[in-house]
Amino acid sequence: MYRGQSGMWLWILHRLTGVGILGFLFLHIADTYLVGFGATYYNELLFLYKNPPFRVLEWLLVGAVLYHGFNGVRVILMDFWDKAVDHHKTLVQITVVAFFLVWLPAGFFMLKPVFFS
Amino acid sequence: MSTEIKTTQHIHPDPVARTTRRWTRSGGRPRPSSNFELFSWYFFRISGILLLFFALIHLLIMHLLNNVDVITYQFIADRWASPLWRTFDLLLLVLALTHGLNGARVLIYDYVHSRGWRTFAVSALYTVGILFILLGAQVILTFQPQIQSVAK
Repeated sequence: MYRGQSGMWLWILHRLTGVGILGFLFLHIADTYLVGFGATYYNELLFLYKNPPFRVLEWLLVGAVLYHGFNGVRVILMDFWDKAVDHHKTLVQITVVAFFLVWLPAGFFMLKPVFFS
Repeated sequence: MSTEIKTTQHIHPDPVARTTRRWTRSGGRPRPSSNFELFSWYFFRISGILLLFFALIHLLIMHLLNNVDVITYQFIADRWASPLWRTFDLLLLVLALTHGLNGARVLIYDYVHSRGWRTFAVSALYTVGILFILLGAQVILTFQPQIQSVAK
């Protein structure tokens, strides 16, 4: 269940997405802080996020949050529900399927205006 | 195909953790026994569940229903005209940053073994983290929209 198996990879991804989200959070607080300086500064800066490469990164960020959240729910279930360990594999499958089920359609709607407008 | 054998499920890879309480009960990772780490353990889970609500609503509204093409100064000004959204954003800021900083603290404890560097890294993390919480809280709480007379 753990070493070299699904649990380990989910755990590694949980850490990586966590670090990535925290890093973006610092950037995001900094850019939002500019709103206090007025419209010119804020609107000038936001051109950065409008670039197509950034829109793809934005989708990856949404993926990181979704994965971290869904896997977090799985971890909480493992911690508090005695029978969860018996359903470990099912829970992993549900986590992965639920993640793609939300992330892929979200990507379609997020990237459609960027590439097919 | 690796089948996950029932008998190995309750054996924790870390010999110290293996003796910690609760591992065998639920199969989850052992809960920490010291006061602060136990608080941190619960805090991750409680803030995590709250963030599931706050962060996903935030992503839905700001990245799916709206996007960076329509988010402008005016958009923020309209949104923060409501104290409800200011409260929402403040809660999201504090929860996300404290959850994230606690995570970074755990990573530092896991990967930085030298005592000096560890103290340095954790101090730097707390300093930057508290600064960013204050900066974010300041802009959310004190923002006053400019009169947009020349805005197109």
